[in-house]
Amino acid sequence: MNDLGTAATLALGLIAEADATLAQIVGLSLRVSLIAVAIAAAVGLPLGALLAVARFPGRHAIVVALNALMGLPPVVAGLLIYLLLSRSGPLGHLGLLFTPTAMIIAQAVLIAPIIAALARQALEALWEEYAEQLRSFGAGTARAVPTLLWDGRFALLTVLLAGFGRASAEVGAVMVVGGNIEGFTRVMTTAIALETSKGDLPLALALGIVLMAVVLAVNALAQAVRELAARRGA
Amino acid sequence: MRQEATALPLRAEGLRFAAGGVEILHGLDFSLVAGAPTVILGPNGAGKSVLLRVLHGLLEPTGGTLRWSLPAEAAQRRQAMVFQRPVMLRRSVLANALYPLRLAGLPEAEAAARAALDRVGMAALADRPARKLSGGEQQRLALARAWALAPEILFLDEPTAALDPAATRQVEEIIGAIAASGTKVVMTTHHLGQARRLAGDVMLLLGGMLNAQGPAERFFAAPPTAEAAAFLRGDLVW
Repeated sequence: MNDLGTAATLALGLIAEADATLAQIVGLSLRVSLIAVAIAAAVGLPLGALLAVARFPGRHAIVVALNALMGLPPVVAGLLIYLLLSRSGPLGHLGLLFTPTAMIIAQAVLIAPIIAALARQALEALWEEYAEQLRSFGAGTARAVPTLLWDGRFALLTVLLAGFGRASAEVGAVMVVGGNIEGFTRVMTTAIALETSKGDLPLALALGIVLMAVVLAVNALAQAVRELAARRGA
Repeated sequence: MRQEATALPLRAEGLRFAAGGVEILHGLDFSLVAGAPTVILGPNGAGKSVLLRVLHGLLEPTGGTLRWSLPAEAAQRRQAMVFQRPVMLRRSVLANALYPLRLAGLPEAEAAARAALDRVGMAALADRPARKLSGGEQQRLALARAWALAPEILFLDEPTAALDPAATRQVEEIIGAIAASGTKVVMTTHHLGQARRLAGDVMLLLGGMLNAQGPAERFFAAPPTAEAAAFLRGDLVW
């Protein structure tokens, strides 16, 4: 109990003085996860919208696969990217393993299916309402997809926040492909895992508090988006 | 948008539509010509909405022929439709009116959209979120959005079904103005008073069959069939 109290005091001190190590780890975490979300969104949002609008053979199978991939364990995503990027793997010559780039790729692979599947769900309801009117206007699939992406913007923003929450909180993928190298690929979750096992509770606890704050902020933002959407009638 | 060639008249012969093994339209023969509104009357479930969707090309007929005076695709571009529950894009009122104009690639789209809003008395609401409008305002916006396209034919599916009397009157005035501007209005209603006020000619649809059709004046003065007479008296018809 005393240990915990001391650790908590030290943790708050690290946060208060914006400790350099702490700041570096938090900064890398946010950078990796934000870029991963951007990449996953660039792929996942149009794919989700297309699946909501278009009817083609194999669509059902893709939807099922995406829903299944939403539960992809992060370490498995990490393992797949590890196999691709390892020296003997097909992309080994790029020398990306154990770099922040590899971590971005792994997280993007992890959350792109989540974003696509959630976007499809959100936009399918919208499409049900819009379909006849857009067809009456003469809009084909190519025009309907951007229309849905724009008109579903509030719902999609919460989808992106869900993706960011998942990315910033996962430990398995970044651990496997990043290697948790101090000052280079160490992010909040991998640092917490390491420092806890080493017994350096203050840094682990400080990172834990920051991570919780990030998750809270993401949820507060999602709530704010929902309220704004309700006011705008979306 | 209005050129020399017109999509009307339209000739339907033996027009049928079935869905899921159930036939909804049982072989209709009629023609639509330019002029005053054609009002499709009939009780709920008679197939009125389905008929509008088939005419507008949203549903494919399962039998018979539907012959426009232009190739189907060109005829399609000269039509617009307003649905029973107006579909409001999650955008401003102005953006809603602009959407189909931009989609059609029309020049001066914004001026046309603003003029259309003005015609239905909604210019002051241009920047409001469309989904926050009242039911009557939404229906007026839907009419303005369709009217902005200056369609040759405008299909209206029960345009006042969910509106109160004041909003109904405004919407009827707009429909009258659209018809007076040269657009052929084809609308469904089960509101007899509305049909008397707006119709140039009437089609009575009962159980997916065309029971009676003709000029409105004659239809209301001397119903051509026993069923039409019963329908006008307010009796239940099948």
